[in-house]
Amino acid sequence: MISAPAKLATRDLDLFYGDFQALQKVNLEIPSLSVTAFIGPSGCGKTTLLKTFNRMIDLVEGCRITGEVLLDGEDIYHSMDTNFLRKRVGMVFQKPNPFPMSIFDNIAYGPRTHGVRRHSELEEIVERSLRNTALFDEVKDRLRHNALSLSGGQQQRLCIARALAVEPEILLMDEPTSALDPASTARIEELVCTLSEHYSIVIVTHNMQQAARISAQTAFFLLGEVVEYGPTTQIFSDPHDSRTLDYVAGRFG
Amino acid sequence: MIRSTRARKGQRGPVQGMRKDHRSVADRILRVLPYAAAALTAALIGFIICYILVMGIPHISPDLFALKYNSTNVSLMPALINTVLMVIIALLLAVPIGLGAAIFLAEYARRGSRIVGAIRIAADTLAGMPSIVYGLFGLLFFVTMLGWRLSLLAGACTLAIMILPLIISTAEEALRAVSDAWREGSFGLGAGRLRTVGVILLPSALPGIIAGVILGIGRIVGESAALIYTAGTATDLPQGLFDSTRTLSVHMYVLASEGLHLDKTYATAVVLLVLVVGINTASLLIARRIQKGLTA
Repeated sequence: MISAPAKLATRDLDLFYGDFQALQKVNLEIPSLSVTAFIGPSGCGKTTLLKTFNRMIDLVEGCRITGEVLLDGEDIYHSMDTNFLRKRVGMVFQKPNPFPMSIFDNIAYGPRTHGVRRHSELEEIVERSLRNTALFDEVKDRLRHNALSLSGGQQQRLCIARALAVEPEILLMDEPTSALDPASTARIEELVCTLSEHYSIVIVTHNMQQAARISAQTAFFLLGEVVEYGPTTQIFSDPHDSRTLDYVAGRFG
Repeated sequence: MIRSTRARKGQRGPVQGMRKDHRSVADRILRVLPYAAAALTAALIGFIICYILVMGIPHISPDLFALKYNSTNVSLMPALINTVLMVIIALLLAVPIGLGAAIFLAEYARRGSRIVGAIRIAADTLAGMPSIVYGLFGLLFFVTMLGWRLSLLAGACTLAIMILPLIISTAEEALRAVSDAWREGSFGLGAGRLRTVGVILLPSALPGIIAGVILGIGRIVGESAALIYTAGTATDLPQGLFDSTRTLSVHMYVLASEGLHLDKTYATAVVLLVLVVGINTASLLIARRIQKGLTA
């Protein structure tokens, strides 16, 4: 279906919260250097699947996984160090969550975690990350100010910059614009498109127009199953499954 | 049918009216009650403080602060220094252990696991135990069994155990109150638990932790029963950790029970009061400075 080599793939992935099965036999191949969108109604497992990609799901108690998640062909649940995995697979959350420290320290937190100590090097990383998220010119004079003083949209771009600072290969975004105003949303969407030249991006969204605007391929989820996965244009204009058609036509969800 | 509804309607009028009256009276009482309670509390505290100040301030004299105690000057200076020493040593023992336990409970232990339950029951039980029981334990364990005699160290250890549950529960609560979004953010960048706790969670939880420490200081400074059996009532400054000492509260207790210097006892109480307020203010300022340094 999608011919590019898979950056990330799942094989018969089942996930249970206690007795409740949240994901059923998920088989997806996510290509590198493009934007993949997950759409579907609330509680259908999009975010759950996203969180299995960097094992953030491990933090949820009573959660059980069977099947495989392969990053460049290697099973991330087998023998991979979780912290190293999360360095390779970055994440941006639904609500902007900058740490209560300066803008500089927020971005330097990741590199420092992974052993960068030299100040000149950190300065370079901070500037590069901020430029990549088009935030540098807005904040260059107040890098020492508390990050919580930024606006919501700026905070979210800061969080993206923070995730980029550890040079991930994949960027997971969990409804990154759901807490933002339309103008900030537009800037983030623009950013996602530019970033996809260098990063593989997986974005969960409630907003179908958003998925249509920015993604190359889209997966439609329903009740823990991937109903349909394919090029975005096809999902939105000519879906094979009637449930997908109903959803993208706005008949439910 | 119609008549009956009308009859009911007719009845409802006065009943509703009465209810309204009832409610407005109850309303008024309920509105006044909290104010009255607050006023009463404030008045009580105010009365106690004023009473101590009025009875004590006239008897504060320079020889009350002489470096050496004797039965004519009844100096409180040695006791004052001992109190500060006792606070420092007890906190040095209790805060690292308590904070460690709190970090384990809040961040490492699986919620609802058996160990957590056991630790929590132990902590709650310890928190509810009368301080004289701690005193007895200290006497039997530190003083007699370990052979530390009545000493600064035996007293400090006993007090450390006494305030441990307080430190644990306040610090645990403070850590739990830190937003999960920051935990996720930190883990999501590949940071381990230790770094997340040390760099992100502890600074944010600091005000809550300090609040617990301040409460602990209050209990140490105010404690007498547990200390009489463990640190003794020696009036001199201790030469080492294994010397007997008396803190201000113990000093006051002894003075009052001897009954010879009641006026000086009140003067001592004034100093104790000032000391408590001073320590609390200082720890708040320190906490604020630390937090500023960490988040700037």
